[in-house]
Amino acid sequence: MSVLRAHGLRKRYEKLDVVNDVDLDIAPGECFGLLGPNGAGKTTTLRLCLGLTYPDAGQIELLGEPVPARAREARQRVGVVPQFDNLDPDFTVAENLLVFGRYFGIARDAVAGRLAGLLEFAGLTGREDARLNTLSGGMKRRLTLARALINDPQLLFMDEPTTGLDPQARHLIWERLRRLTQEGKTLILTTHFMEEAERLCHRLAIMDRGRLIAVGSPRALIAEHIEPHVIEVHGNGFEQWLERARRLAARLERAGDTVFVYAADPAPVLADLSARPQLSYVHRPASLEDVFLKLTGRDLRD
Amino acid sequence: MRWIAVWRRNFLVWRKLVIASVLSNLADPLILLFGLGYGLGALLPSVEGMSYIAFFAAGTLCSATMFTASFESMFSGFSRMHGQKTWDAILYAPLTIDDIVAGEIVWAASKAWLSGATILAVAAVFGLAASPLVVLTLPVAFLVGLAFAACGLIMTVLAKNWDFFSFYMTLIMTPMTMISGVFFPAEQLPRPVLGVAQALPLYHGVALVRPLVAGHWPSQVAVHVAVLLAYAAAGYAIAIMYARRRFTA
Repeated sequence: MSVLRAHGLRKRYEKLDVVNDVDLDIAPGECFGLLGPNGAGKTTTLRLCLGLTYPDAGQIELLGEPVPARAREARQRVGVVPQFDNLDPDFTVAENLLVFGRYFGIARDAVAGRLAGLLEFAGLTGREDARLNTLSGGMKRRLTLARALINDPQLLFMDEPTTGLDPQARHLIWERLRRLTQEGKTLILTTHFMEEAERLCHRLAIMDRGRLIAVGSPRALIAEHIEPHVIEVHGNGFEQWLERARRLAARLERAGDTVFVYAADPAPVLADLSARPQLSYVHRPASLEDVFLKLTGRDLRD
Repeated sequence: MRWIAVWRRNFLVWRKLVIASVLSNLADPLILLFGLGYGLGALLPSVEGMSYIAFFAAGTLCSATMFTASFESMFSGFSRMHGQKTWDAILYAPLTIDDIVAGEIVWAASKAWLSGATILAVAAVFGLAASPLVVLTLPVAFLVGLAFAACGLIMTVLAKNWDFFSFYMTLIMTPMTMISGVFFPAEQLPRPVLGVAQALPLYHGVALVRPLVAGHWPSQVAVHVAVLLAYAAAGYAIAIMYARRRFTA
């Protein structure tokens, strides 16, 4: 039984396929990440799955309900954390939750009963009467997360939940999201932070130009697409060294004044570098970011 | 009945800002009513058997209702839809864009009704509306509010920016106020101009309210009510059509 199943999803704006033949199958309790550069179609995919935007082709089933036909019924059991904050600026913290609860048909008393727990979860205990303009960016994000939990959803959609937050705020959100997975909730999030995806997600899909180009666990994606060792080299004379390096390693990539050397066995490369003090280097294990850059390229997207 | 949650959200915001909101909706019409009513009224004999200020109070009731409904559905509605993204947040819940459109229209009509009712109360205090029939202007004010809220919301869901509304205000609402019998009897207008007025909703609001304020039963009640209802219903349907296009495309 899937929590979300999408098949052959397609959405076209003007002459551009924003979402192109996307299939998704997400199991209960899973934390699933949708990774991609800006404009890859991540947000549109989420909106299609929620029934907020209608697809040009494809089938969607969300919590057993066909979408968009019965999206309203499905959304009764879903929470959403949007990319851009849309809390009600005229309301206090508590009023934001009360009013949002009403949209789900939850009575004032029922919300009031859940209020303390939600505020604790959001790290906003004692702030129920605070006005929105007195909250920091991190607090607003946490309040948005609490708001998405008002109906005790089975499934949470989160569009870039930590974009724009400082490291402290980001770590707190990560800790809370892990708590939610432990409680058995299913999480679907979009991000372009590899670290976030690697830490939180059981499974990921990398999306580019409307298509899913790779799906798997973070480890499996790294093992499948990239050599286990990466050596980043820069410094005077790296261009001459490039020619030698081609014979020492499986794959090289040049970005500006840095060479990325990908190797199954780093020893020959490191031995060669140790004789060249003018070159500086960093040796590290391959990460999801390397997979991402290999699959989506190093060109800027904006 | 999910739309009631949208209405209640707007009501809660209004309740927090009630004094500023009521003052801004009433200051203009009341200044105009007493300024023109007493100033100009002193120069005029009775109009249609009423003092000019009583005649003008009936017109003001309708025009204030129209302006409140239009401002709320357009400027405040656009701010909620476009600026604050409140509509986006509501759509995460089990509500649809149709619920939001319905909630916004009924809300703007409610706020407009309050403007109309307050003008009526002020007029009554000054002895300008003494007949028990004036109570019937209250449902009329709500109907006028619904008609203009629905039309205003069409503009809102079509708008790309704030400037869009000035066309509607300048090219439609201001001339409509001039020809619909608010300031002077519309019947003295040239035939074709009167025809235009009769095709628009404000004229029919005034045609119902003014006799009631004067203390007698209006003529052709069914026609006037039907025109206002038609504007409300058609406006609602068109607003929903464009709202769906804007949000789900």
